[in-house]
Amino acid sequence: MSIWNPEYETMPRHRLEEIQLQRLKWTLNWVYERVDWYRKKFDSIGFKPSHLRSLEDVRNLPFTTKHDLREGYPFSLFAVPLEQVVRIHSSSGTTGKPVVVGYTRGDLNTWAELVARIATAAGVQRGDVCQISFGYGLFTGGFGLHYGLERIGATVVPVSAGQSERQIQIMKDFGSTVLVCTPSYALHLAEVAEQMEVSKEDLNLRVGMFGAEPWSEGMRKEIEDRLGLQATDNYGLTEVMGPGVAGECRERNGMHINEDHFLVEVIDPETLEPVEPGEVGELVFTTLTKEAFPVIRFRTRDLTRLIPEPCACGRTFMRMEKVRGRTDDMIIVRGVNIFPSQVEAALVEIEGVEPHFQIIVDRKAHLDELEVMVEMNEKFVTDSMKKLVQFQKEVEAKLAQKLGIRAKVTLVEPRTIERTAGKAKRVIDKRQL
Amino acid sequence: MPVKQISVFLENKSGRLYDLAKVLGDNQINMIALTVAETGDYGVVRIIADKAEKAVQVLKDNGFTVSETDVIGVVVPDRPGGLASVLEVLKGNNLNIEYLYCFAGPTKDTAIDIMRIEDVTKAEDIIRRSGFEVLEKIDTID
Repeated sequence: MSIWNPEYETMPRHRLEEIQLQRLKWTLNWVYERVDWYRKKFDSIGFKPSHLRSLEDVRNLPFTTKHDLREGYPFSLFAVPLEQVVRIHSSSGTTGKPVVVGYTRGDLNTWAELVARIATAAGVQRGDVCQISFGYGLFTGGFGLHYGLERIGATVVPVSAGQSERQIQIMKDFGSTVLVCTPSYALHLAEVAEQMEVSKEDLNLRVGMFGAEPWSEGMRKEIEDRLGLQATDNYGLTEVMGPGVAGECRERNGMHINEDHFLVEVIDPETLEPVEPGEVGELVFTTLTKEAFPVIRFRTRDLTRLIPEPCACGRTFMRMEKVRGRTDDMIIVRGVNIFPSQVEAALVEIEGVEPHFQIIVDRKAHLDELEVMVEMNEKFVTDSMKKLVQFQKEVEAKLAQKLGIRAKVTLVEPRTIERTAGKAKRVIDKRQL
Repeated sequence: MPVKQISVFLENKSGRLYDLAKVLGDNQINMIALTVAETGDYGVVRIIADKAEKAVQVLKDNGFTVSETDVIGVVVPDRPGGLASVLEVLKGNNLNIEYLYCFAGPTKDTAIDIMRIEDVTKAEDIIRRSGFEVLEKIDTID
């Protein structure tokens, strides 16, 4: 079982912690000197980078939230001038302003290295034909995997997302051995292949690298059965870097976090104190080597646990389990982050609907479907079906514009969506994740 | 004076149409005609009732989403070509029908067409001048 960078990936823990401390010091100095926002924040609690003595001291630092990063839109949290930034990516910006992230040449080099590691851990090697069916664009998925797989020396086929029949054709004709996409899209492709009467024996798939949305063990088995590959999970987020933060090895029991580049903490989202080792909590990341867009104690809102026991694969990096939930009400639909607050923001702009709504997420034929039930305003009820359907289409268009993905709108009678005294139940997730 | 149609927005949920019929029945309101226009998830129930005003009030009081619509009620001969004869008039005057439904008229050889046309007054006028009887209200049919 091969390891991309054995020197680091199998490093003894004590040695790793020395490197982490050294890099953490570098990062704190870097942001203190270069990013006003961090300097002000450190100053406000009387913290100087020189105060850091141990890794545990990181707990004295303030957290950074998605809200903070968004406030910096577009470039004010960059730690280098724009002329040193050679690439920009961005979060989907589904809740308002997106988080814009930059990469120096050095950052891109690191990124490719880390993706090469997780791809190698997943079983990809030189000689593989890697079909990347993640979208290419501001989304980090496509480009992130692209350069990491090139780094390995694999043959990259940058198909990007969509055009499923063409995907199958290429998969068959090019003999793709690795499929990179969201797990739900993998299942959708399996279905399209069946419709095209292309069996898994007609394909040459060997490894799947799936990420960017939650999925279950049941789904893993189904993908494997239908596409005839080994399905692996990986984890990353735009704010921290993109894909390559963590990935599964062939043990497929948790994802190794690239700890020489990211310091991970797990906190209780209520008390903000660290949880006991192995307990479930919210993941918090501090980047250790990023130049253009370092983050200090970034609260991911992702809930999971770390696996403290050593892994049979020989890597010493800590593993994280699959993300099992969120501390906020964000849902991920077809790889896109959706917050109920966005739906609300879209609806208040439309005359004729009440801001009472319910979001229903379901998975049909392996694709996520988003439905928004919207209460009609009494005054806008008409006898004309044409106008109602037109109205429904307007609401759909507005939501698509705000959310970045299509949602089916169902108009419902006024006062029929349940009102609750406390937190409204805005989301019903019927997916079996 | 056009005929008042009651339009009710209903979700496509089992028992919802029953609720509506029950409320009207309990309040001694008789429906002369009822038609449903539907999409998969919701629909509009269009009703011609005796005591239209009372019907609207009762439905609103019971939480239904109601609007009133002016429609044209035309008496047409109940024979082959009866509907076509009135449509010919509309066609000749470039009047477009949004929707239409028919039911048997007060006498054996007549039928009533309910038509929704944007410019109600103009349409009524034209139809009447072409020799058709246009109804003022439809709560007197026995």
